[in-house]
Amino acid sequence: MSGGDNKDVLQPANFAFTPENRAEADRIIAKYPTDRQASAVLPLLYLAQRQVGWVPRAAMDHVAEILDMAPIRVYEVATFYTMFHLEPVGKYHLQVCRTTPCWLRGADQMTETCKKKLGIGLKEVTKDGLFSLIEVECLGACANAPVVQINDDFYEDLDPKRLEWILDELAAGRVPPFGSQSGRKGAEPAGGPTTLKEIARPTGAPAE
Amino acid sequence: MLKDQDRIFLNLYGQDDWRLAGARRRGIWDNTKDLLARGREAIIDEVKKSDLRGRGGAGFPTGLKWSFMPKQSDGRPAYLVVNADESEPGTCKDREIMRFDPHILLEGCLVAGFAMGAVATYIYIRGEFYNEAVHLQAAIDEAYDAGLIGKNACDSGFDHDIYLHRGAGAYICGEESALIESLEGKKGMPRLKPPFPAAVGLYGCPTTVNNVESIAVTPTILRRGAGWFAALGRPKNTGTKLFCISGHVNKPCTVEEEMGIPLKELLERHCGGVRGGWDNLLAVIPGGSSVPVIPKSICDDVLMDFDSLRAVQSGLGTAAVIVMDKSTDIVEAISRLSHFYMHESCGQCTPCREGTGWMYRMMQRMVRGEAEVSEIDLLLDVSKQVEGHTICALGDAAAWPIQGLFRHFRPDVERRIRAYRDRQAGVTKAAE
Repeated sequence: MSGGDNKDVLQPANFAFTPENRAEADRIIAKYPTDRQASAVLPLLYLAQRQVGWVPRAAMDHVAEILDMAPIRVYEVATFYTMFHLEPVGKYHLQVCRTTPCWLRGADQMTETCKKKLGIGLKEVTKDGLFSLIEVECLGACANAPVVQINDDFYEDLDPKRLEWILDELAAGRVPPFGSQSGRKGAEPAGGPTTLKEIARPTGAPAE
Repeated sequence: MLKDQDRIFLNLYGQDDWRLAGARRRGIWDNTKDLLARGREAIIDEVKKSDLRGRGGAGFPTGLKWSFMPKQSDGRPAYLVVNADESEPGTCKDREIMRFDPHILLEGCLVAGFAMGAVATYIYIRGEFYNEAVHLQAAIDEAYDAGLIGKNACDSGFDHDIYLHRGAGAYICGEESALIESLEGKKGMPRLKPPFPAAVGLYGCPTTVNNVESIAVTPTILRRGAGWFAALGRPKNTGTKLFCISGHVNKPCTVEEEMGIPLKELLERHCGGVRGGWDNLLAVIPGGSSVPVIPKSICDDVLMDFDSLRAVQSGLGTAAVIVMDKSTDIVEAISRLSHFYMHESCGQCTPCREGTGWMYRMMQRMVRGEAEVSEIDLLLDVSKQVEGHTICALGDAAAWPIQGLFRHFRPDVERRIRAYRDRQAGVTKAAE
């Protein structure tokens, strides 16, 4: 979520990776050639976001120090890529895909459902800190539209009723299984594939 | 219809195990050493003969692209970069490969990496594909453990590492030079070309950037022969292709079909047809958001391949078919795409940074009808000033959907503008 200039955001004074995350950071840095450690800036910022829930300025500075980068280079990156939250978001960050393929299948209803159910608008967080809501551009799961991404997971083939149920479950502390909510396994046609029938299909195959 | 025995992606729907054991059962990693033993030149020749064209949207011949890599290293390492930043609205095919058949991609990375003498592959996957990245990383770990990649990969004597790199939400990083910038730890802003990546790419080294699907099909092409692949489809538009169909069909899906399949057959055979029947079709965007929309009259008999769609002033793009029935507000549908490009412009080139926002605001006026008819020509004129005047193709991609809209639906927009004026006039008259 953008908002890097938001003066209301309370920036923590300092940040350091936990020992586990620091070890993970070292594993990530090792993927890139010597002296090319700046390549690790996206994954390290993501790691920081996983640790805190968002990316405070202090985390950017910490990443800059680890990667031997000028802090401004890290700020540039953190503000360029939309997946980095520059201010706190809800425990469950709802990202409704708004682009044409999802819109054709009811994306607006998904946004409306979230707004009504949670009593918040776009780019807002519920008072209890449980939910935040934004609209995002194409999530790349168009054959399973409409799609809402909740934290790292895609919830697909949604309708308003199912989405309300998911929000109820999350509020009750239960995380429903992600993926298609209409019983599809992947992006096969509803009711079963029209292809790959002559290929031996092991157990677990969708019913014809 | 394509026969099942001619399909490349045998686990497209995840019916089978995506892990190594399942992959081996489907013939992946079957004697890959023999494929490599043919030698670099022979592999590139075979891919050239297959007439495989890049599956990422531009349709550039894959074998030819590989042949641009230096035959002899000047001391710099070479890299293969796989573009898995699948973000073109409508497109959701690489996702299926990565989550249900990750090993088919990894085997392709090894074969292609060998053909271009690359020391390593970096797979750049869009950040939102978290669960897909989990599968892909698990597959990479399995492949290392089984000695299929890494040192002496597949016992071939060739060393090749494969690394997964996650993006963080930027469509522009699907542009190859922006992707390289991003992989180097910078903002994803496209580079001026030349130099092309084959000369100066990742870390200043020779680099080839290929789409996931292009890389994933190459081992099968080598096993079954270029002749087999080239016999499918039409000349210069060969092989099989993953089509992703979204929008107003009864059963949206991703399906592997033969190149050149008629659009109508694709929708009726695999997607349960257009919602409300074929006559309820309004228009189709046949290749992802960047290609111009085509009305039903063209959809009736157009073939789904690069050259057929180019002939009707559209394109195959990523073969992402967005279907719109007669209930669709087509102006809003295209305006949403204008919003997308405004949001995704990296801001480097003025015509795109300023133009995409301006075009979106104009499109919103068109949606409401709150414009002058003459503004249509102004909008088209500005779209022409954006198109072709930017470093990368995002400016073009923002212009084409708008141009396509007015090419086929201009009378509808003009009607809407007149209706708005009549309403306003009515309001004024009533107030008098």
